[in-house]
Amino acid sequence: MRGAIAMPTYQAQIYVTLRPSVLDPAGTAVQSGLHHMGFDAVEQVRIGKYIQVTLMADDEATARQQLDQMCDQLLTNPVIENYRFDLAVKTPAIAP
Amino acid sequence: MNISVIVFPGANCDRDAAYVTRDLLGQPTHLVWHEESDLQNADLVIVPGGFSYGDYLRCGAIARFSPALKATIDHAQRGGWVLGICNGFQILTEAGLLPGALVRNRDLHFVCDRQPLRVERTNLIWTQTYADQAVITLPIAHGEGCYYADAETLQSLEEHQQIVFRYSSAPGEITEAANPNGSLHNIAGICNRPGNVLGMMPHPERAADSILGQTDGLALFKGVLTQSLQAA
Repeated sequence: MRGAIAMPTYQAQIYVTLRPSVLDPAGTAVQSGLHHMGFDAVEQVRIGKYIQVTLMADDEATARQQLDQMCDQLLTNPVIENYRFDLAVKTPAIAP
Repeated sequence: MNISVIVFPGANCDRDAAYVTRDLLGQPTHLVWHEESDLQNADLVIVPGGFSYGDYLRCGAIARFSPALKATIDHAQRGGWVLGICNGFQILTEAGLLPGALVRNRDLHFVCDRQPLRVERTNLIWTQTYADQAVITLPIAHGEGCYYADAETLQSLEEHQQIVFRYSSAPGEITEAANPNGSLHNIAGICNRPGNVLGMMPHPERAADSILGQTDGLALFKGVLTQSLQAA
């Protein structure tokens, strides 16, 4: 119990993007919309996903390891998507 | 032949599939709720079309963690027959039973149409009752049916004759104009290497009862049934 209370909370900001080889018709449609608005300089638009995950973990390395598993197994499909995440401490460990 | 149709929250083709196997073909058919892991001794498991779990995150991404689908994966790995239709195909790719992925249609539209397909391979239980290179017409209805796989996977699919159906023109030409969603190599349906798992975006169950005008899909179910009777 004491261990659980002492664990810090992390917040991950996960960015999921389509692999470069996968066409993004939605991005192309948005790009065309931007051109219609007069932003002729827009060269490319690619649309991805942003996922926020808050989790408790013993330390940062454990949090990263768990997030990699989450991303590989559910949050992204490695056939079509890449991901990266930023990790920050949300609540520090409470001293026992 | 025992058939089980998995029922996910958001599935909407489960009863259509069961109607074909139970009412048209007279085979014992169970509807198996996604939380069940007992597939009722099924010979054939159908993973039906629809919008399982609301298509949240990605089409088919969440369904693969259900007890019923875990049992289906075991069934497939033992060599059992598994048919994934539309969302069922998406689920089978997410579950890793079939390679590749299904992404947003090329033109962003939800396509709902009658689509000619060329049957590319007939030495499979699924297609044995079709003529080789036959052109059949089945309904399609999907927004994310664009088949994608990397070049290496595509080459492997071609080499091992895993492409079962391709989108074609009415005379059977495989052209970009005949491709409704941008699928690579005009892929509409593929099987795994041993051939016991088939995934397809078109709906054979919606073209099985003559009252609906088209019956090209019935032969697929009859093919499995024939095989099952021979094996018995």
